[in-house]
Amino acid sequence: MDRKNAVVIKKRIFHPYAVVGLIPAIFFLLFYFYPLSGILVKSFSLEGGRNLSFLDQVFGSPRMMKVIWFTFWQAGISTLLTLICAFPCAFVLSRYTFRGKRTIRILASIPFVLPAVVVAAAFQACFGDKPFFFGITIDQPLVLILLAHVFYNFSVMLRILTGFWSSLQGRISEAAMVLGASPAKVFLTVTLPLLKPAIFAASALVFIFCFSSFGIILILGGSSYSTIEAEIYRQAAHLFNLPLASFLSLIQITFTFLLMWGYTSFTRRTARFSPDTEQIHLKPPVHLGEKLLIAGVVLFIFCLCVVPLLALVAASLTHAGKLTLVFYQALFVNTTGSIFYIPPFYAIKNSLLFAVVSLLIALTTGICAALFIRFCDRKFSSRWSNFFDPIFMLPLSTSAVTLGFGIIITLDKPPLNLRTSIFLIPIAHALVGFPFVVRALLPALRAIPEQFSEAASMLGASPLAVFKAIDLPLMAKALVAGAIFAFTISLGEFGATIFTSRPETPTIPVAIYRFLSHPGAMNYGQAMAISTILMLVTAAGFVAIEHFRKESTEGF
Amino acid sequence: MKLQLFPIVLCLLVATLFSCSRSEEKSETTQPSPAEIPVITIMTHDSFSVSKGVFEQFEKKLQAKLVIYQSGDAGEALNKAILAKNNPLADIFYGVDSTFLSRALKADMFIPYTPQHLDTVDKSLQLDPENRLVPVDFGDVCLNYDIEWFKEHNLLPPTRLEDLIKPEYLGLTVVQNPATSSPGLAFLLATISRFGEDGYLDYWQKLKANKVEITNGWKDAYWGKFTAASEGDRPIVVSYASSPAAEVFYSETKLSKAPTAVVLENNSAFRQIEFAGILKGTAKLELAKKAMDFILSAEFQEDIPLQMFVFPANSTAALPLVFQEHAQRAESPAFLDPQLIDAKREIWLREWIERML
Repeated sequence: MDRKNAVVIKKRIFHPYAVVGLIPAIFFLLFYFYPLSGILVKSFSLEGGRNLSFLDQVFGSPRMMKVIWFTFWQAGISTLLTLICAFPCAFVLSRYTFRGKRTIRILASIPFVLPAVVVAAAFQACFGDKPFFFGITIDQPLVLILLAHVFYNFSVMLRILTGFWSSLQGRISEAAMVLGASPAKVFLTVTLPLLKPAIFAASALVFIFCFSSFGIILILGGSSYSTIEAEIYRQAAHLFNLPLASFLSLIQITFTFLLMWGYTSFTRRTARFSPDTEQIHLKPPVHLGEKLLIAGVVLFIFCLCVVPLLALVAASLTHAGKLTLVFYQALFVNTTGSIFYIPPFYAIKNSLLFAVVSLLIALTTGICAALFIRFCDRKFSSRWSNFFDPIFMLPLSTSAVTLGFGIIITLDKPPLNLRTSIFLIPIAHALVGFPFVVRALLPALRAIPEQFSEAASMLGASPLAVFKAIDLPLMAKALVAGAIFAFTISLGEFGATIFTSRPETPTIPVAIYRFLSHPGAMNYGQAMAISTILMLVTAAGFVAIEHFRKESTEGF
Repeated sequence: MKLQLFPIVLCLLVATLFSCSRSEEKSETTQPSPAEIPVITIMTHDSFSVSKGVFEQFEKKLQAKLVIYQSGDAGEALNKAILAKNNPLADIFYGVDSTFLSRALKADMFIPYTPQHLDTVDKSLQLDPENRLVPVDFGDVCLNYDIEWFKEHNLLPPTRLEDLIKPEYLGLTVVQNPATSSPGLAFLLATISRFGEDGYLDYWQKLKANKVEITNGWKDAYWGKFTAASEGDRPIVVSYASSPAAEVFYSETKLSKAPTAVVLENNSAFRQIEFAGILKGTAKLELAKKAMDFILSAEFQEDIPLQMFVFPANSTAALPLVFQEHAQRAESPAFLDPQLIDAKREIWLREWIERML
């Protein structure tokens, strides 16, 4: 009996799905672990007799300590503010049903999929030098940064809290109510403790995002506010202090890994409760107070999530107080006096091309990885998939700037010289998009009953035939969602691109950054115009994902 | 229903795959396909500018298409070029600043070449004996101020660096970040030359207390913050001694006198020389050499003053009238030993950043 089992397992090790796992593994080795190891080597290399002086440059420097402190501080405050904004909204959305709720939910989610440079541009339009928002200018870059972070992460927080909270409404709190507890007491003793893991998980995630925020800090922070992430770029690109940049990358990697680990352990705890997702407890508002509450929340979400974007569109369409399309037209014109010497329109073309290629890479590797993890699930204990799953999530917890920096210092010479390759940027983008593809595919794949494929194999179908006839069609929707994710992420990627892009192939976010960092109404207007285009494309992509996504599957 | 989706998705995927690989093939073939017209690429900083006529002349002379990559401020552009030196981004790099010269030479990325007309360039400008990098233009970095603004506010304009830290000059000055901008670095060196290695940080500390504004590049400071050239609110800016000529040249009404003036007295200006060179790894060495010849020719050099508002390196190049009348050269610019700059630059920058940002 035992021997028979052993034979079966041995046979299955060479199952095609196991071999398929090699593709993402090689992809990761070459384009993730190799660049990171390059950073490690660089930061500890004794280049030019600097030996370990970078330690002193970081820990002996008040400014560097300030940067590290500021990174934590702004992330903490941003997270807290986001929580304060999202909590009441989550309460209302998880409790009441009302007309237009779906629209409001989608509107509230759009900011999260927007590229950071677009968000920065929108806030500059809203409160910057030439404000569109009731003439309020905010001189303090710090306020702008915090506001932009709240805007950006509000939707993540809202999504996670609402999803969890709506499943909490009902039974338990009703039971407490029946037993005579006041609403306040129910909230404090029942709802809040149950909600705590979700709050922590959501906060941890938002903290990670703010911690590694790059585009927003670089554009809105001016020269006086810097985070570790922005400092890596400054040290490498401006001061050419590569060992220090590498060392900062190491610090950044360490912290984000720790935070990610914290996040996953929180989510595991939320998952343990596994509340039923029925939403039968939603009720329409009855009292005037409830109606006012809903109206207030809708208005708040509208102001927070939509107004900055409207300001962006308005700024792209007005010049000297008049409605005009001049900035859009200028995108297609090639003037020798422009920053690029090629029409910015080419940046759009490049971005689209890169996005398609990176979509293909991310999908191929993503499908393989998801199949492999499911294979581990089924054939071995879950320990294997618990091991591989987080590894495939690694790029999510590695800052894009670190990735880009690692790529340019390692992949620019033999054995692997891709510096001039047109594929370098798509590869970097695919790395960033890959975890999202896996996240989108895995639940769908896991939901396919094992019997289907077993029956098919029994009837003589080859593994490829099983994949084509069963898995692929059943995960088609998830596949489309993953593809759109990979596509929009590639379109908006900035941190890795600013390192890897070559001057002849700027992408849209790089073009926006270059426009924004130059004075003049024309540059400003073109930044707004091209940001508006990018915003519309990514928002459309997101609405499409919503369309394809099964109701409430994953956190984001 | 769901099964029908599968072939559609597959077709879509295959179609995109094909269209994309084909478009890449195309883009790969289109680059060498107009091989009859070679392309020569110049990498430079954002302040680079050339008039349309000379640009076309350039292409005609070389029988080549000229592509110019502006890659950030002077320091940033050079760093990008160094980071990519194994796979150079261009054939020629234009605009290595004298203060960054040693960094560029150390990277070992330029090919020695002595272009025609180099003999017309003043010996004091030629800092690389091997001619890997040759001087192309120079200018004196100094304080510029808005004459009208000072008249209106009944304030005496500055005459020396020390004036900037006076209480009545609170919030009047805009300078560039020396880590990213080459005039910014030149100005930092001017202050080091003036106040010494022990005193300059003190001076900057006081400037900071006097609410000096710091921008990343020259353009943001001059065209974004300077009262005489933008809607900004700073009447004092770090710029070039030739900038007033630009003001006269670009003014909409005919001006006999520049609206701005410069501070050159008391060793407060710093001379900055810009260099150009052929990048190692270029596939078009002969063409690149021709391009270097053209850059030093009178034709290109005479275009420099009104495009970048610095002085041409070629001494035979005729200066435009407005330059002769309104552009100045410092009689005795501040001086620092190049070897000292080379040895200390990174430390000074780090200390400056530590205090100021």
